[in-house]
Amino acid sequence: MRNPQLNEKGDLQHLLNVEGLPREHLVRILDTAASFVGVTERDVKKVPLLRGKSVFNLFFEPSTRTRTTFEIAAKRLSADVINLNISTSSQSKGETLLDTIDNLAAMHADMFVVRHAASGAAHLIARHVAPHHHVINAGDGRHAHPTQGLLDAYTIRHYKSDFSRLSVAIVGDILHSRVARSLIHALNILGTPDVRVIAPQTLLPTGVAQLGVRVFHNMNEGLRDVDVVVMLRLQNERMKGPLLPSAQEFFKCYGLTAEKLALAKPDAIVMHPGPMNRGVEIDSSVADGGQAVILPQVTFGIAVRMAVMSILGGGS
Amino acid sequence: MSVTLPDAEKVYTDLLARLKPAVTGETVMVGIQTGGAWVAERLHRDLGIAAPLGTLNISFYRDDYSSSGLHSNVRPSQIPFDVNGKRMLLVDDVLYTGRTVRGAMNELFDYGRPDTIDLVVLVDRGERQLPICAQFVGATVTVPKGAKLDLRRDDSGRLSLHLEEK
Repeated sequence: MRNPQLNEKGDLQHLLNVEGLPREHLVRILDTAASFVGVTERDVKKVPLLRGKSVFNLFFEPSTRTRTTFEIAAKRLSADVINLNISTSSQSKGETLLDTIDNLAAMHADMFVVRHAASGAAHLIARHVAPHHHVINAGDGRHAHPTQGLLDAYTIRHYKSDFSRLSVAIVGDILHSRVARSLIHALNILGTPDVRVIAPQTLLPTGVAQLGVRVFHNMNEGLRDVDVVVMLRLQNERMKGPLLPSAQEFFKCYGLTAEKLALAKPDAIVMHPGPMNRGVEIDSSVADGGQAVILPQVTFGIAVRMAVMSILGGGS
Repeated sequence: MSVTLPDAEKVYTDLLARLKPAVTGETVMVGIQTGGAWVAERLHRDLGIAAPLGTLNISFYRDDYSSSGLHSNVRPSQIPFDVNGKRMLLVDDVLYTGRTVRGAMNELFDYGRPDTIDLVVLVDRGERQLPICAQFVGATVTVPKGAKLDLRRDDSGRLSLHLEEK
């Protein structure tokens, strides 16, 4: 079966997940993003690539940072951006997802940026739309958040350059995290030899080791000599039933403090996809400290999303 | 049709001689990647231009994006000076349709408003599709319509012209 993200010529038509993305496409996105970082530092922060195109931001789930950075990215490519807050529109009146898409396509949408609580929503739309439409998955349930995984990979490459020597630890709520899944796939595709997950058993998906990671339940063991620490947010809104005794207890065992960070390499970087819960998964002294690259991640996220949109939006 | 291409090193020497009287202490230089940047590197050094050399990658400004897509191997443009009010030499290797120069000028104006831009090309092969001409030309060459004329640079930095007929 053909990769649903590629067209018959092997070009990227949709970005749905990092898993299964050929390495050359992934590297091309990161390389292109590096050029867009330069654009965002100029007086005029726009390029004309998507002039005349319409990008529809379809957020079926609330999001501020991701929606805003997609909007900025599209505007910097000179696209027209239409934001739809679906929870207050037709879907609440009973329209199906694909009927919504058909209506927007009739309004001459070129690109759909989709966030949905259901895993696979973006795939469903991608299979449904005509070949000149493009779909970007901006997070689907617990499944994938490819642009976040790519911007995390971009950030790691920016500070550490060579993936083939890196140890990366991903800490916290792996179970509910589409960010973790997308990043693990990206790190594997880029040839990272040592990817670790550190979490209590209740916050790990079954079969997590099959993703090609080493599993730790103890921060003191898992953080030793790593180059990169990726902290994840506790996703209380997705938790069904008690998986943890309390937030305080979680912080005591899995919160990143300066003492625990000292176990990593001295030049290790600390990342977080946001929004952060200070005092739950990360201590303020680390979040605001010299090793944190959490705000550069946000800036790079715009360039990575510009890269993805400009690669998808061009003819071939 | 058999074509004799000129020696790029000899053409470069002629171009350098033509440019010398035009360069002042205020001149800035920008080369278009990749061939134009090679020529610009040499000119920038041999003319003793004080401001650092700028390079442009016009992939984000190409007019064939909607048909051909984004070109791979996009290396960032770097303009390490304020372009506002500057007298600028814009350097490319081969002047052909004029579309690259149009893209380059569109990009330059997103950095600011230069006072003047003069176009410098190693060779002009004609077949223009836009109303663009160069102020400084190393040599004019005639090649078969549609053939690909490329500048190459070897490990020692020596430039040479090559023709690929379709």
